[in-house]
Amino acid sequence: MNNLILGRYLPGDSWVHRLDARTKFILSMLFIFVIFLANNVYGYLLAAVFVMISILMTGLGFKVFFDGLKPLAMLMLITTFLQLFFIDTGQVLAQWWIFTVTTDGVVNSIIVFVRFMLIIMFTTILTLTTPPLEVADAMEALMQPLRKIGVPVAELALMVSIALRFVPTLMDEAQTIMNAQRARGVAFNEGGLIKRAKSYVPLLIPLFVNAIKRAIELGDAMEARGYRDGEQRTKFRALKFTQRDTVAAVAFVIFTVALFATRYI
Amino acid sequence: MVPIIKFEDVSFTYANAQRPALQNINLTINQGDWVAVIGHNGSGKSTFAKLINYLLVPSTGNITVAGVPVDMEHVNEVRDLVGMVFQNPDNQFVGATVADDVAFGLENRQVPRSEMLKIVPEALERVGMEQYASREPARLSGGQKQRVAIASVLAIEPKILILDEATSMLDPKGRREMIALVRELKASLGDDLTVLSITHDIDEAAQADQVVVINDGELVEVNAPEVVFANAQTLTDLGLAVPFAEQLKAKLAERGIAVPNTYQTTEGMVDWIWQLYSKK
Repeated sequence: MNNLILGRYLPGDSWVHRLDARTKFILSMLFIFVIFLANNVYGYLLAAVFVMISILMTGLGFKVFFDGLKPLAMLMLITTFLQLFFIDTGQVLAQWWIFTVTTDGVVNSIIVFVRFMLIIMFTTILTLTTPPLEVADAMEALMQPLRKIGVPVAELALMVSIALRFVPTLMDEAQTIMNAQRARGVAFNEGGLIKRAKSYVPLLIPLFVNAIKRAIELGDAMEARGYRDGEQRTKFRALKFTQRDTVAAVAFVIFTVALFATRYI
Repeated sequence: MVPIIKFEDVSFTYANAQRPALQNINLTINQGDWVAVIGHNGSGKSTFAKLINYLLVPSTGNITVAGVPVDMEHVNEVRDLVGMVFQNPDNQFVGATVADDVAFGLENRQVPRSEMLKIVPEALERVGMEQYASREPARLSGGQKQRVAIASVLAIEPKILILDEATSMLDPKGRREMIALVRELKASLGDDLTVLSITHDIDEAAQADQVVVINDGELVEVNAPEVVFANAQTLTDLGLAVPFAEQLKAKLAERGIAVPNTYQTTEGMVDWIWQLYSKK
């Protein structure tokens, strides 16, 4: 359950783990756009090799990355099938009711599938090698310009960091309440969908009530320690760019140029 | 004797409440004292603590801390003077890690990062948590979290440390360790630290310099523990527990044994009993 919300950070000490979170974040975002430069087999081969090398450098093995595809498998399949059945240019291979399978459709669905897979695997590198808190810090750092238009970036970042910090606490509490309700005869995970959903009411109500109580107490504790909202605070945690980040950025630029070059093969 | 906390005719009523939670409190606490505040559940003792650093605002009356009036205008100054440790170890842990939590108060006060890097490990060392600096709160015991809470307070070097039932959610061992830690800190800081402990733990209160008894929002008694605990009957009437040594004394008296009529600590009772026994 923990994995679901917190991302699936796997601690390690690889070269990729030690990259600055901002670098990983920016490169992940850029990859989503850059991958569209590929327009033939060579382009996709190059991208696949780049993703594979990046994954190898995390030292986590391929398995965890394939596991990362699972939650999105449905989405991938639906998009792939839409491409397969609803593209009607090219040579018709098969036809049934409103569905037509054409050569273009087959090619496109393969491209979409591969592109999807590469994007997910590459962005998974960020979540697998970066603690959630650092991802939040990176987002805060990158959102700084938004402060100019009045977005309370620091407050949002503090909210995210407190939310992350309370996830295990609330999980524990949910478990305790669940056990307490079981002891009183509530049966979780039994019966039909509606019955199941209903059985969670005696879990959620005390959980919410307690969460609100916690929030009030935490607010008091924060105020007692001198927190004033809307005011500039200094930061204890600091992100630091190193030479590693320059190397990663240069490697990515080379990849982008190479990918662009494959268009003319 | 320099007064550090002064309550002048302070009353406080919660919104939507019929009765005031605190009524006409007049009290002076001296610098460098260890003061225990006792009272049954709902007696108003936590309200009393929250008034001191402006978490609650008195309905009437004035409070000053080290000469600074506790009001909207001086709230930041007051909070620099008063550090507070609350009851629930989880609900006061703001940072994602131990070091982050200690730094929280410093970040609020815009202390530059270079200084925080010095202050945070120092504060953690004073509570014996330096090896845990990068731990997440989920991997700490309740007692360890409370130690971190104390370190967070120490980092801002307040004059007053308020423990608002800070040991009540800990196991007996954690409770003893925490009180021992605060005693140690108090001993090293001397008169620079005033401790105000809101507590249920009568044995802890028995070791304070002064005991404040609050009942149903009213100040019942302010006195040395020897005086307050010597009268077991009054304490029981106020719904408070009586220290073990005093309970023993009362039982012995019931059996017609002549007991000392002054307050005795557990050690005092032990000495008295063996002397009594060897005199026979």
